[in-house]
Amino acid sequence: MFFGLSEEQEQFQDYVKKFLADNVTVDEIRKIANGEDAALAKEIYSGLINLGINALLVPEEYGGLGADLLSAVAVAQGLGSGVGPIPFAGAYVMAPIAINFAGSDEQKAKYLPQIVSNETKFGVGLSEYVAAREDAGIDLSGGKANGKALFVIDGDEADYFLLANKGGVLFLVDAKDKGIEITKLTSVDKTRSYLELNLKNVTAEILPGSESDPKVAKKVLDAGRIIFAADSLGASESMIEKAVSYAKERKQFNRVIGSFQAVKHMCAEMASDLEPCYAMLWQAAHSFDYEPDEARLQACQAKSHISEVAKMVSKKATEVHGGMGFTDLLGLHYWFKRIGLNRQLLGGPELIREEAAEIQGFNQ
Amino acid sequence: MDLNYGAEYEDFRKEVQAFCKEYQGVSFKSESNENTMSDALSGSSANKKSKKEVTRSEWQQILIEKGYIARAIPKEYGGYGGETDIIKSRIIATEFSKAKVPGGMGGQGIDMLVPTLLEWGSEEQKQKYIRPTLHGEMIWCQGYSEPNAGSDLASLQTKGELIDGNWVINGQKIWTSTAQYSQMMFCLVRTEPQAPKHSGISFILIPMDTPGIEIRPLVDMTLKAGFNEVFFDDVTVPEENIVAKRGEGWSVANSVLGHERGSLADPNATMNRLNTLISMMKEQTIDGRRLIDIPSYRDRLMQVQGKVMASQAHSLRLLSSKINPGQNVKLGGMIQKLVGTELRHELEGLAIDVLGEIGTLYEDSPYLKEDGSFQFTYMYFLGLIIGGGTNQIQKNIISERGLGMPKEPKVTEAS
Ligand SMILES: Cc1cc2nc3c(=O)[nH]c(=O)nc-3n(C[C@H](O)[C@H](O)[C@H](O)COP(=O)(O)OP(=O)(O)OC[C@H]3O[C@@H](n4cnc5c(N)ncnc54)[C@H](O)[C@@H]3O)c2cc1C
Repeated sequence: MFFGLSEEQEQFQDYVKKFLADNVTVDEIRKIANGEDAALAKEIYSGLINLGINALLVPEEYGGLGADLLSAVAVAQGLGSGVGPIPFAGAYVMAPIAINFAGSDEQKAKYLPQIVSNETKFGVGLSEYVAAREDAGIDLSGGKANGKALFVIDGDEADYFLLANKGGVLFLVDAKDKGIEITKLTSVDKTRSYLELNLKNVTAEILPGSESDPKVAKKVLDAGRIIFAADSLGASESMIEKAVSYAKERKQFNRVIGSFQAVKHMCAEMASDLEPCYAMLWQAAHSFDYEPDEARLQACQAKSHISEVAKMVSKKATEVHGGMGFTDLLGLHYWFKRIGLNRQLLGGPELIREEAAEIQGFNQ
Repeated sequence: MDLNYGAEYEDFRKEVQAFCKEYQGVSFKSESNENTMSDALSGSSANKKSKKEVTRSEWQQILIEKGYIARAIPKEYGGYGGETDIIKSRIIATEFSKAKVPGGMGGQGIDMLVPTLLEWGSEEQKQKYIRPTLHGEMIWCQGYSEPNAGSDLASLQTKGELIDGNWVINGQKIWTSTAQYSQMMFCLVRTEPQAPKHSGISFILIPMDTPGIEIRPLVDMTLKAGFNEVFFDDVTVPEENIVAKRGEGWSVANSVLGHERGSLADPNATMNRLNTLISMMKEQTIDGRRLIDIPSYRDRLMQVQGKVMASQAHSLRLLSSKINPGQNVKLGGMIQKLVGTELRHELEGLAIDVLGEIGTLYEDSPYLKEDGSFQFTYMYFLGLIIGGGTNQIQKNIISERGLGMPKEPKVTEAS
């Protein structure tokens, strides 16, 4: 038995972390968040694409790496830990999984290689499928999509959007379709894109497998949730590291603050709550590919539990830094906000726990 | 226990209700954004679309004339000149909150400096500073923390020397909230370098336009410049700007910190926010279902409501102890900052959670609720969990001074 990331997966994660550590300082994150340096944002994006993060989940027969979700988790942890300001969960996890599991042979042959070459980029909007706010939602009939999709992720330079109706039918729309009106939304985390789409008579290319089997949309959802959990875990890991190293340096009352039990205990509590999350996450990712009966519950609990732990970590790690933790200068808030956004995407903890109960038949 | 208001108070309630009706929907002419903090603290945001526009200081004037704020502050200093009346305060707070009429200004001048001057100030200082401060014409900032003196405030190094009848001040402050909008600073300065660290500090009032002061705004995680660095280069102010005696600054400051810790976590503000949250949960929906109808959200709401009710009742007990000297709630006072800031942070975090993705929206995004104040205040109160003496320091105070537990052994200079 071996429980953990493989050597290869660890290596991949290290590449991502190293790339972000070498290329994305807090000042650069700030510039990207403020929209001040589009060239830099592109450079970072293509640097990570060069590592092959886009090709991970595409099967080998379509030119991809044919990796399992655990590998994508390894990458997402790395992205979270360095606040990677790029598309991932939607564009390179949910989209290829949806196309691979629900697409026709022609759709697979058309789109999957284009994900590997990154010629075609996908934004993803499943919020209404999970929980529709503001009466949003998309109506699908006669091959046309009408309605509103809120909180579309990874959509800034998207060529297509992957969307769903309330029944979990997945479909693609062309971003250039004249019936689509795109509005930017601003979240606290300005390093990632967030869109609203209004659709009027837009041609919808249905992924047929999702029509015949409603479980496919859930599977796509599970994958996205696991990836956001991984991202929050990575961000939490980073915040704890920063808090511990600050606590070892900062002095008050003639001693390093890390020598106060109050500070030690904050750090120990963060570490103790986060530590089991690694295994939980890996287990969930493993189940996704290899234990389908377990997968849904695992994915739901990983997302909701890790979201709760990450929220606590984001608060305590900030507290350890004192006034400095609250500044824009230090930039700890980019991790704080990343965790904050991940928490709500594809369902906040309460909604997901409700689903977890439902999966087990607890709500009959 | 006697919470019976009696006829006299019912008349007073009617008067307050009539006032609230008259001013329902009052809004403020936009001035500088110095009010963001005081809005967050008071839990109020005045209605933007109303026709009844007043400036902040006009509103302040109206409230003082009615005795709704500055009630127990003598008339000669610009207050209402009445008696502290716990029941009236309660009625005012409740009716204002019900009618969503904004309360008076907060801020470090009104909440901290005014009580301090009443306790420690000279007659001239009271005459000179209290009135304009109460009326919102003189904004103050608090110059205590330094880069190396945060939790260990008493180790502060900004130096003051008395030269030819003037204090000459050199050094640096940091995290100074609203310094960039302030006319005055109350500042802790080391004037007695030979004395032990707590008895070498003086409390000095400094006009912010004095030559030699440089203010550098610091952006915080809310992306507003909530605080500043303030540098002093031979800043010279008259000798009489000292409050109390040389070397008494630490005692003066401690009395101000007491006021600050109370005002950071005003239970009425928290109640206002709870009411805002409840109305929002009745309006907003998921899949057509009202948020308030979703049991998991509702349970969290009820938990928070329980805490808010406890803190409201607790604040009454604290008020009561002020007018009934026999009542001892020393411990009860010490917990205010810790419990109040954590509760507010929790409440705002709940609002974000029930709104889901909508709750993550910020700045000028479409679909923003309550002007994005849930996100802003969620972060801002994390700042207040740190500011005003961190919550870890609060726990030290509660256990050592409140519960009489032994202090941590001091580490000496050498290490
Ligand atoms: C929003 C905000 C507004 C502020 N406004 C003002 C202002 O207007 N004027 C002003 O003068 N200051 C202001 N401050 C400063 C504030 O008072 C300090 O930030 C605070 O006292 C902590 O000091 P520090 O930042 O140096 O942190 P540090 O003292 O370095 O603390 C770092 C960590 O160590 C912990 N720690 C330190 N000592 C101990 C101990 N003995 N036991 C246990 N834990 C300990 C702290 O709890 C914290 O977690 C503000 C701060 C904030 C965040």
